[in-house]
Formats: sequence, structure tokens, C-alpha cells
Amino acid sequence: MTVLFDGIASGMLLFLISVGLSVTLGLMNFVNLAHGAFAMAGGYVCVVLLNTLGLPFLACLPLAALATAAMGVLLERTLYRHLYGATHLDQVLFSISLVFMAMAATHYGFGSQQQPLELPEFLRGQFHLPGLDMGVYRLFLIMVGLLIALGLHLLVSRTRFGAQLRAAVDHPRMARGMGIHVDRLFTLTFALGSALAGLGGAMGVEMLGLDPGFPVKYVVYFLIVVAVGGSGSIGGSLLASLVLGVVDVAGKYYVPQIGAFLIYAVMVVMLVLRPQGLFGRHAAR
Amino acid sequence: MLPASFDLTRLRASERWRVSERLFWMLPLLAYVVFPDSLVLLTHLFITALFCLSLDLILGYAGIVSLGHAAFFGVGAYAAGLLASHGWGEPLSGLLVAGVCAAVLGFVTSLLVLRGTDLTRLMVTLGVAMMLYEVANKMTSITGGVDGLSGMVVDPLFGRFQFDLYGNTAFWYALAVLFALFWIARKLVHSPFGLSLQGIRLNAGRMPALGAPVNARLAAIYTVGAAYAGIAGALMAQTTQFVALDALTFNRSAELLLMLVLGGSGSLYGALLGTLVFMVAHHALADVTPEYWEFWLGALLLAIVLFARGGVMGGLRYLAQCVQRLSRVGGGAP
Repeated sequence: MTVLFDGIASGMLLFLISVGLSVTLGLMNFVNLAHGAFAMAGGYVCVVLLNTLGLPFLACLPLAALATAAMGVLLERTLYRHLYGATHLDQVLFSISLVFMAMAATHYGFGSQQQPLELPEFLRGQFHLPGLDMGVYRLFLIMVGLLIALGLHLLVSRTRFGAQLRAAVDHPRMARGMGIHVDRLFTLTFALGSALAGLGGAMGVEMLGLDPGFPVKYVVYFLIVVAVGGSGSIGGSLLASLVLGVVDVAGKYYVPQIGAFLIYAVMVVMLVLRPQGLFGRHAAR
Repeated sequence: MLPASFDLTRLRASERWRVSERLFWMLPLLAYVVFPDSLVLLTHLFITALFCLSLDLILGYAGIVSLGHAAFFGVGAYAAGLLASHGWGEPLSGLLVAGVCAAVLGFVTSLLVLRGTDLTRLMVTLGVAMMLYEVANKMTSITGGVDGLSGMVVDPLFGRFQFDLYGNTAFWYALAVLFALFWIARKLVHSPFGLSLQGIRLNAGRMPALGAPVNARLAAIYTVGAAYAGIAGALMAQTTQFVALDALTFNRSAELLLMLVLGGSGSLYGALLGTLVFMVAHHALADVTPEYWEFWLGALLLAIVLFARGGVMGGLRYLAQCVQRLSRVGGGAP
């Protein structure tokens, strides 16, 4: 049971980070391998605010998300937008180069060591139920993850913004003709994706650790979530993250000798059987 | 069937060896004389160039995007390494076996890779490479795991030339293999087969109408590319007599992609030049700023993707065109 719980918690964390990628990759059809770099930026912002300025942890999380969103807007306006029409290969190369720069810059600014993070008192400790040990922080993670999933779902399916976004993705020229500011919409969406990455990164410092190698270490996981869940599908990402989290934790716990092999194998099989993912929807661009 | 009036002279002409190419292949000989102390580095350069060439074949010519090409390099390296550490030290047959192993893997995975679109291909190639990495990482009894595979005994080449400490034999060995495989690749890309690959890259929908079986062609070149990468890996294993687990990492695949784009994909010399520029830049920048050279690498790549998509080869071609135009204007010819 504890394994299952931990798996769900780590799956939620994965979901938090990768749902942002699902938004950019699925809705805007941009292969952004630099997504991990945004998550890393969120993590560093959080750590700096917490450790040097002494802000409370709960205030750091939204600030980290905001800061990453601002970075996302800046980069989107200056660089990313030139590559919307480019091939996937160009997008991959572009985002890899961003990753290299981000890694070197963080290395320069913060050194290569792991960043420490002190959780506040009320998020530490554990609940003990019969047969189940729940870390408070993990419970917190799961709650936040569920909230975000629900919020996103409502945002995309119920609001005007969501409707416009879906329209712009399905047929950008038509959407433009209807008077939708597609460029602005994409900038906002990108900011949203970055903010989610930043939030996830900030919340993940405790579980995943934080050092300049972060973007490369975990980008594969994020991509797997999106690829398996079906890009652009929030429910799919949630399900894929949870399955991935549980399989990963359970695999490492019960059969450590095969390690992460299982995950990659599952992913490859999945992709071969259903190239568009579990709940894939076609992006038009 | 081609109509009889189709003019093949341009295609034939591009197949002939140009003077600049001959001069280019003099460079390694020159380097041997000028930098006799860095033969090990030069050998490394040749091997990486061969590896880059293998990616160029599948990405530059056939347009298959791969983020996991290191898989084949690693398989080749481990195949040759395991052979050599279990008493089969003859280098050439080691190369051959490594190439065949990688080719088999390439053929099998090509069935998976060719099913999807770009994104799926990226993920599947990446997934395959990561799976192999995990296998090599966990099977410590066979591969040595994180510690790497050592204890290889590589026999003298042709029974005569011992692999020495200065890397003399290794230098000539790697150069010869690189040149031979380059020569074959050059033949290949100028053959009807190679031309059909370029056609597939440019318009995969139309090629079946011309009678080219798209998937079979792609599978074939993917297999060939895998074999090349495997041979590169085997060369690395034999010349350094060590296989590190890092042969299979994502970083290696990503860096390789950078090299190719730096040089200009879709041209064999682009792969070689890209490797050269990359390794020289690595060397130079790493001397200046040992820890942060990746930043400048990233910046350079960014500039290339945004502004100069052709890489070094594209730049050279542009220069050549300018010179041509200038000389035409100067000579007053039409």
C-alpha cells in the first residue's frame, strides 16, 4: 500500500511537470525538449526565495510559477515563435541548445551541487494508518496535482479561453479569420505551460533533487508521459503519469535489478501499438 | 523507368571525385605530421566522424529523426569489447561482428521506428537507446555496469602492427576504416538507391508512384546506418580497449545530432566537418572555460538553427556560389 501511495505521489509530481509539456507539445505541436529547463528554473527560483529571502514555502510556489511564466513569455516572444512552422527536427535542435545553455548557466550561477530545501514544519512527518504510511508532503502533492488537473480541465473545456485555444489549434487560419488573436493565445498558452513546469519543478525539489543536470535527467520521463498519455490530453497525461509513477516506484521497490528498463519497454510497446497515445487527439499545426 | 531524354550528366558528374575532396583527404595525413603528439585525439576524431556519418545517412539523406543513435554505437562497442575480453582479439573480425550485431538491432528496431511520425520516431529511438542503457547498466556481470568494460586484449592488426601507447596503429587503423566506409557511403548516396532516399525525404507521398518502396528503402538505410554506428563503436572499444557506459547515454545521441547540424546534414562532408568543428571547439572552449563551454555550444547551435540552417557546408556552398557569381561578372560571360 505504501508503495502504491508513493507511486501515486511521484506520478502526481510527474503530472504537474509534464502537463505543461502536454500543453505546448500537444496543443501547439512544438517539441520542446527544454521543458525540463523551465522546471529546473522554477526549482531554483523556489530554493533561492526560500533560502536567501526566507519567504514561506507556500508563497514560493506561486512565485516560482510566475517567474517561470515570465521567462516563458520572454523566450516565446523572442525565440520560440520563429520555430512554430519549422520541422520537428529544428524544434528539437533548438530546444536542445536551450537546454545546454540553461545547464551551463545554472552551473555557473549555482555550482554543480544539489540544492537543499527545508520543508516547513506542517508539511513534514507522516500519517500512520494501518498498513499505510503517508508522507504529509506527498499527500500535499497529490492534492495539488488533483486541483491542477481539475482546473486545467475546466479551463480547456469550459472557458472562452479554452474554446479559443482549441479552435486556434485545430485551424489557426480559420481562428484568425474569426478574430481570435492566435499569436497572443499561443503566448499565453506557452506561459501557462511554463508556469506549470515551474510549479512542478519547485514542488519536485524535495523528491527529485535539483542540480544543473536536472533537465536532461528527467526530460525523458516528461516525454514519456506526453507520448503515452496522448499529447494535448489532460486526462491522458494524468493517467499516464500515475501509471508511470506507480510502475516506476513499484519496479524499483520489488525488482530493482531491472530498474527503469520496464518503463522504457512499456513506452516503446505503447507507441508502437498506439502511436497517438492513449487519448491522442490530432493537433492540426 | 526513366524517359530516354532524362539528362543524367549532372548526377554522374557529382559522383566523380573533385579536387577539393582529394585535398580534404590529405588533411589527416597533414595532421599526422603536424600534430604527432595528439594522435589519440585525432583517432577519437575519426571515430566520432564515422559515427556522425552514420547518423547523416539516416537523418540527412533519408530524413529519419533519431534521438537514440547512441544505441548502435554502444552495441557495437560492447560487441567488440566482449569479443576482445573473451579471447577473440582479432580486430577486423571484431569490427565485422560488431557491425553485424548493430545492423541486426537496427533492422529489428527499424520495424518499430518506421511506423510513426517524427515525434513517435524520436520517442521510440530514444526509448530503445534508454532500454539498452538500462540493460548495460544492470547486467554488471557481463558489461561491467557503471565501471565500464575493461580487460580487453586486442591482437595486433594483421598479426603485425601492435596497438601501441602512442596510438600510431590506432590512428592509421581508424583512418583507414573511416575512409573505406566513407567511400562506400559516397557510392551509396550517389546510387539510384541513395537518390531514392533523398526523394523519400523530400516527398514521401510521391515516391511510391515512382516505384520506390518507401518503407523497405528506409529500413535498409536504417540498418546500414546502424551498422556504421556499430563499427564506430567497435573502433572506439578496440582503440581505447575500454567501453564506458556513457557510450549509450542520451547526451551522446544529442551531441551527435549537434555535430551533424553544425556541419550541415544531408552531405557526407557536412558530417565530417561538423565533427571536426565540434571537437576543435570543444577542445578550445574547454580550455578557456572548462565547465561552461556547453553554454557557447548551445548559443552556436541556436544561431545555426535560427539563421544558418545549412551549417558549415551550407556556408561553404554559399561562399562558392558568391565566388562563382563574382568571377562570372568579372569575366563578362553571360
